[in-house]
Amino acid sequence: MAGLYVFTGIALGVSFFFDRDKTRLGLKKGMMKLGKTMPKYLKLLMIISFVLLLSEDLIIETLGQERTLTGLFFSLVLGSLTMMPGFIAYPLAKILVARGVSYMVVAGFVTSLMLVGIVTYPLEKEYFGQKATILRNLVGFFIAAAIALITGMLYGEVTLW
Amino acid sequence: MKKFLKDYGLFVLFIGFAGLSRVFHYDFGLRIFDNFLVFARDMVLIIPPAFVLIGLFDVWAKKEKVQKHFGSTTNPMRFIWAVLLASTTVGGTFVAFPLANSLYHKGAKYSSILSYVTAASLFMIPMTIMEAGMLGLKFTAIRLLSSLPLIFLGAVYLGRYLEKTGYELPDLEE
Repeated sequence: MAGLYVFTGIALGVSFFFDRDKTRLGLKKGMMKLGKTMPKYLKLLMIISFVLLLSEDLIIETLGQERTLTGLFFSLVLGSLTMMPGFIAYPLAKILVARGVSYMVVAGFVTSLMLVGIVTYPLEKEYFGQKATILRNLVGFFIAAAIALITGMLYGEVTLW
Repeated sequence: MKKFLKDYGLFVLFIGFAGLSRVFHYDFGLRIFDNFLVFARDMVLIIPPAFVLIGLFDVWAKKEKVQKHFGSTTNPMRFIWAVLLASTTVGGTFVAFPLANSLYHKGAKYSSILSYVTAASLFMIPMTIMEAGMLGLKFTAIRLLSSLPLIFLGAVYLGRYLEKTGYELPDLEE
């Protein structure tokens, strides 16, 4: 996090040194874009605060001791619906593994968490438009499913024959 | 005023709800607000500098350069650049979305920016380190290595489809 500020500071300094007007224009453009999407970021934060509250127990309950393909499907759906930061998601994943949930199901959960964002839809739509946002998330869902299946195979949890 | 209410009305209500929860010790409301603060802290810290950088990128990045590295379908290096750029993007998709939008308007191909955004959500370095610590190196290695071909495949096909249908991304500078 500190690195981001150092880097931004250096970038600003260098930019300012070479061209003051360009730097001012850049700052203006950046802030204009931020201002335009700020309400969407706030809405997203509010939605996440609700979702996160309901999701943790629900996930542990639903995925209980799932090791099957049905379990994988549930994990993909839950991962797509929710959104949580890594410091909550990974301890949760560890709990799931400790309870006997297969690595495949856990992989399905964490990858769909990262790749499919139903709650981030209003934000993503601002930048990608409706069609590309929907298609991108759909593709993400299948990528997550494929990664989970590969994980399951490599952990010897599922076999193709 | 009307625009302000439309944009921030819900947020004002939310803050009011949090305030009342505090006064009346309403546990459910307090927990929601705690969650809100966890995310808000990250966003407040990451988003302003990220948008400063995006603004600088907008004025300094030359169209020809972006086109050269991200705009040609025959240049497979664009996938490597996309993944490298993604793994160094702080803030994940929250920052990757606006940057991808900028790249597009500077002439990047759909397949490049789609790879970039997908990789940005899968390759975040701090998260990956945490994952390896919690679930084991094997798990992380499988996830990262198996995702690469899938990212490119998905991006190329979706990109082709979007181009064929003449789809265009929203322009935030309008």
